[in-house]
Amino acid sequence: MPKAGSTLSLDGEGKPLWVSLELTYQCPLNCVFCSNPVDFDDYREGELSTEEWKRVIREARELGALQIGFTGGEPALRKDLEELIGYADSLGFYTNLISSGIGLTPTRLVEMKARGLKHIQLGFQSCDETTANLMAGADAFRRKLEIAREIKALGFPMVLNVPVTRHNLPQIPEILNLAESLGVEYIELANIQYYNWALINRDQLLPTREQLEWAEAEVARFRERVGERMTVYFVIPDYYDGRPKACMNGWGAIHLTIAPDGSALPCSQARSIDTLSFPNVRDHSLAWLWQESDTFNHFRGDSWMKEPCRSCDEKEKDFGGCRCQALALTGDAANADPACSKSPHHSRILDAIDRAAATQDRPEALIYRDAGFNCEGGER
Amino acid sequence: MTSPTLPTPEHRYVINPLFLFRWEASQNAHVLLYPEGVVKLNASAASILKLCNGTYNVTQMVDHLSERYDGSPRELIGQSLIKFLEAADAKGWINAVA
Ligand code: SF4
Ligand code: SF4
Repeated sequence: MPKAGSTLSLDGEGKPLWVSLELTYQCPLNCVFCSNPVDFDDYREGELSTEEWKRVIREARELGALQIGFTGGEPALRKDLEELIGYADSLGFYTNLISSGIGLTPTRLVEMKARGLKHIQLGFQSCDETTANLMAGADAFRRKLEIAREIKALGFPMVLNVPVTRHNLPQIPEILNLAESLGVEYIELANIQYYNWALINRDQLLPTREQLEWAEAEVARFRERVGERMTVYFVIPDYYDGRPKACMNGWGAIHLTIAPDGSALPCSQARSIDTLSFPNVRDHSLAWLWQESDTFNHFRGDSWMKEPCRSCDEKEKDFGGCRCQALALTGDAANADPACSKSPHHSRILDAIDRAAATQDRPEALIYRDAGFNCEGGER
Repeated sequence: MTSPTLPTPEHRYVINPLFLFRWEASQNAHVLLYPEGVVKLNASAASILKLCNGTYNVTQMVDHLSERYDGSPRELIGQSLIKFLEAADAKGWINAVA
């Protein structure tokens, strides 16, 4: 699932304040924008056990973590989700569930509430059934709507996370109205992060600048009408911004992600950096992974930076952008994020924008997240 | 967030039930946790939030704080209390109860 930008008004002082547990990569949906690894199905075996997850939760808390997110894949596919939520709550975590809604039932939600779950982020594609199912690659629309109502009825605060693509962008005004009628207090119109499945489908997903500007005006109009009752998060994507996002608040700064197999990652996309190896919680303590491992120290601070970042006066602001995007688009994770207009590779972003715009009038088939897909050769 | 209710002497407050307010040893401070966010509180903010448990009205809060911050003029304490309550209400941290 794409995650809402976490806004921690607190410097980590070297602590992993935010821990994401990717309980499983398995998911009943097949979203075309999914940021899980393309080879996600290879991790089906070997997921951490309940006891192993509990050890991770305990050690994260000892390291000073305050926020915990249960994510995936679809975390509700794990039968021990309720137990893990309860354990995290008992240690003092603020517990967040990041879900597609599929697999959640009223009974399970009641149980999660009783175990101390505080907040749910629900992935939602559109108010239009055809578009929603097109993006999710499954017939999930009605189920999601039902579960959204159920979540609100139980009094959970809920963020609706709507990944914005060319397909659902025209429906933004209606999506906002629907969120309002659901009683949602926060909606994130999330920019797709183009990694993995989303990168494969980029030409078909990336909106044009004109479309985004239209959406921005619609969002402003909606904000004006509803006032403070609802918060709408919407920012122009890095592709169009000329500056990269301050990815994860910096590498190994406040975020720690644990993948289903126990690999410790500075961000859920970091696995794509194949020049690094990711230490596993099965072999090391969390304290060692976070503080000592080469991987977490590799891009910490700014001594790894090359030009133009090294001598840039904005490096405190965006930390040179996203390492994974630098790797995916320039071939070297230590380069400036090419979303930056100062990057010598910025033309790769501009080309991608042009290519995506050129496909507007001749749509091609979307490629759905699926176990049988292999990046180099297409279908296996 | 919610539109703040202007604090009157009779108002009582509770912490927004969706928030978690507690002491955090690793920060050596009280923290307020909420969906995807954390606020580290200074000592005076924490001492006010402790009184937001639905029991004390604003006048009684001033009594408590005057005892605690012995030496500060009562009027000054009242003023900064009102300011804080207003801001915390606007941010959705606390809710006024009837
Ligand atoms: S397929 Fe969709 S719902 Fe499932 S993990 Fe990927 S983005 Fe999330
Ligand atoms: S050159 Fe590097 S540090 Fe400077 S704005 Fe661009 S990405 Fe950020």
